Amino acid sequence: MDLRLPSKVLEHILSFVDSNEDRNSVSLVCKSWFETERRTRKRVIVRNCYAVTPAAVARRFPEMKSLTLKGKPHFADYNLVPDGWGGYVWPWIEAMAAKCPSLEELRLKRMVVTDECLEKIAASFKDFKVLVLTSCEGFSTDGLAAIAVACRNLRELELRECIVEDIGGDWLSYFPETLTSLVSLDFSCLDSEVKLSDLERLLSRSPNLKSLKLNRAVSLDALGSLLRLAPQLVELGTGSFSDKLDQEAVAKLSQAFSELKELKSLSGLWDVLPEYIPLLYSVCPGLTSLNLSYATVQMSDLVELITRCSNLQKLWVMDLIEDKGLEVVASSCKELRELRVFPSGAGLDETNVAMTEQGLVYVSEACPNLESVLYFCVQFTNTAMVTIARNRPNLKCFRLCVMEPFAPDHKTQKPLDEGFKAIVERCKDLQRLSVSGLLTDKAFEYIGTHGKKLRMLSIAFAGDSDLMLHHLLSGCESLNKLEIRDCPFGDTALLENAAKLKTMRSLWMSSCCVSFGACKLLSQKMPKLNVEVIDEHPLETRPDSSPVERIYIYRTLAGPRLDMPEFVWTIHKNPEIGVSHLAIK
Amino acid sequence: MLSEEELQSNVSVASSPTSNCISKGGGLKVHNYFGLSDSSSVESSTLSGNVEDDKATISLKATELTLGLPGSQSPARETELDEKPFFPLLPTKDEIFSSSQKNIASGNKRGFSDTMYTEKNWMFPEAVATQSVVNKEVTQNIPKGQLGTLNNSSSPPAAKAQIVGWPPVRSYRKNTLATTCKNSDEVDGKPGSAALFVKVSMDGAPYLRKVDLRSYTNYGELSSALEKMFTTFTLGQCGSNGAAGKDMLSETKLKNLLNGKDYVLTYEDKDGDWMLVGDVPWEMFIDVCKKLKIMKGADAIGLAPRAMEKSKMRA
Repeated sequence: MDLRLPSKVLEHILSFVDSNEDRNSVSLVCKSWFETERRTRKRVIVRNCYAVTPAAVARRFPEMKSLTLKGKPHFADYNLVPDGWGGYVWPWIEAMAAKCPSLEELRLKRMVVTDECLEKIAASFKDFKVLVLTSCEGFSTDGLAAIAVACRNLRELELRECIVEDIGGDWLSYFPETLTSLVSLDFSCLDSEVKLSDLERLLSRSPNLKSLKLNRAVSLDALGSLLRLAPQLVELGTGSFSDKLDQEAVAKLSQAFSELKELKSLSGLWDVLPEYIPLLYSVCPGLTSLNLSYATVQMSDLVELITRCSNLQKLWVMDLIEDKGLEVVASSCKELRELRVFPSGAGLDETNVAMTEQGLVYVSEACPNLESVLYFCVQFTNTAMVTIARNRPNLKCFRLCVMEPFAPDHKTQKPLDEGFKAIVERCKDLQRLSVSGLLTDKAFEYIGTHGKKLRMLSIAFAGDSDLMLHHLLSGCESLNKLEIRDCPFGDTALLENAAKLKTMRSLWMSSCCVSFGACKLLSQKMPKLNVEVIDEHPLETRPDSSPVERIYIYRTLAGPRLDMPEFVWTIHKNPEIGVSHLAIK
Repeated sequence: MLSEEELQSNVSVASSPTSNCISKGGGLKVHNYFGLSDSSSVESSTLSGNVEDDKATISLKATELTLGLPGSQSPARETELDEKPFFPLLPTKDEIFSSSQKNIASGNKRGFSDTMYTEKNWMFPEAVATQSVVNKEVTQNIPKGQLGTLNNSSSPPAAKAQIVGWPPVRSYRKNTLATTCKNSDEVDGKPGSAALFVKVSMDGAPYLRKVDLRSYTNYGELSSALEKMFTTFTLGQCGSNGAAGKDMLSETKLKNLLNGKDYVLTYEDKDGDWMLVGDVPWEMFIDVCKKLKIMKGADAIGLAPRAMEKSKMRA
């Protein structure tokens, strides 16, 4: 009475199951389903590269075509993770080269990628198609040349905000004449100028090119000729937008823009001069995504553009837009789903004070589909947050950064507890939340009580005591990633809720008062967690009661990692080893 | 436990009343630093006990020596909080009590744990073996609703800049914006000098703005730009008249400015004096101008004679 589905049938069924979450469930049903699923999974995502070994992943998914890896913790973006912490992709490439040579796509975030890695990719994966590096570092333009020259079927090469050692613009000329498969090219983070003629030739032989993001060194003049070669673009990142052009050149450029009938996304616009804004008018009605976060023009100029973008779904802009400009966004962009407002000044001193909480209130009132917000602002009020929550219970992501640490409600001088309470209470589907301003433990009690779908939470300069952490760890059922800096809680809540950490991907705490002793205890209690202490000072001689600088705790099947630098310590699991030797590198 | 002896001999001077890591204020309640031993069965009450402890230590707090910076005790704010939460910093490497003098100079705000920086300006109370504290209140000296004056205050920005990774903006973005200003100048054909942002405040306006002086070539441009920004700004006279001439504001225009106009444009120069805008050549002006202010005509009367004198002297 074998009721098992023949594996061929199951394979066929599974070919329709795309979501990895579903596939994970499938693999838990029974051994044969596990086997069939693992042999047929094409797209593998490892959201913490240290949670599992490369060999294990390669072994489990031999037919892997696409691998996505994330390395450093999120707070590395803000320089809170010292250089050299880790996140090396080399072991993964080695393992895949040996076991999964048919790998075609590699997407990496916050990882260290060397030229050697890129060369290995070029040499090992014959049909390599997609390389997307986000916030990565460690390689030079020579590595790019290696990819360009060897990957005959390259489709996507995207460098998003990477730190690249820029030796020159030659790498682009290494794309062979036979390469005609390019769909997406993003070199916006590079500094050096590429040869215009190389770029032009590349565009001429890339009829499938849909996304092109140029770097700043590409002049406005050059842009015109490039656009004429690629009128089919759906996504465009311009270069510098500020050369002085003569009448004729301006007219030509305007014409080129009007030919971009498919354009949906526009970014770049560095140094854009106000007089060139009208050049963009023709593409505005078709845009669904507009990134003006590097356009240092004033509100009146920004508004000219935005009033014409009635189909906009995603808008990134600086606080130069001011409340008035956001009012215009509210009235013009009814389809808006995502709004990000970045600070224009380099420091707290220089923020644009003409943008307040009111701007966000306008947008929340008028844009019914708004679900994702990132808002940098000098100050905020509880009332505003309550209004926003009432207007937009459909918010999924709410990241408010009140730039002044501990800033209270600027009208009532009270903590912002009630405001965030309204947000978590009303927005039942809220998955991501960043809090700021003056907050007491109460705020976290509210978050723990109501934030049941919350998956990622970022906290800085908040709370009063251990209660704060206790509320979060005991209340937020879906909590997956928690990152905290500069908050005054200690060991108690952490140790009491240790079991919760097994259900989370990671916990980051820096400049809090968790003691060395607590780290040791936690590590002993929870063998499936890596408790990493990142501290510049040697731990062996420290008293157990001394607080540690940073802790990064994550669940893992791989045990303590072997590539830790001097300032990263992991606690030995063996309790027989004496206290003074607990920490190993 | 080792730590107990340590804790007992080192009476905590300023303690974090909310953490179990160290002993509480006057009443030496020694907790096992794991937070487990005698309180293991009542850990929840230990946590809630914190709140009561908070209140119990308040009266002691008044008599305690704290490590607040001299002059950093800001007036108690009217909030529900009885206890202003303490904000612990990390101990220095050698557990030396480092003087607070370094931090005084840096203004109201103490450097938060700037562990990325090599210079370690941490506070370390001699008594507490584990932690030091800073009064969080120190950072709340911002007068209510006076953000404008905040920016004009003399507290140096250096302290604020010391917070590593705050505000949470990616360094990629920070670096890009920094070079954005430079680039726009190079393109304009000027020698590659950085943008020159100065604050512009206006009497009665709820907010202040910033302008890049290098993006203008004469007073006329500056004036019309400011006019656009501050809708009630009425120096339009100068703008419309000055558009033709690229040289400095003439005496006559200055006179027109002052006679019967609601607002005048003034600037603070390198010596800290407030002067009327327009009395020096443009290039010199952008060199000396530190701040701009749109004053009511009445307030600027005191300035006028001096400015006129200066321009007379030059004529």
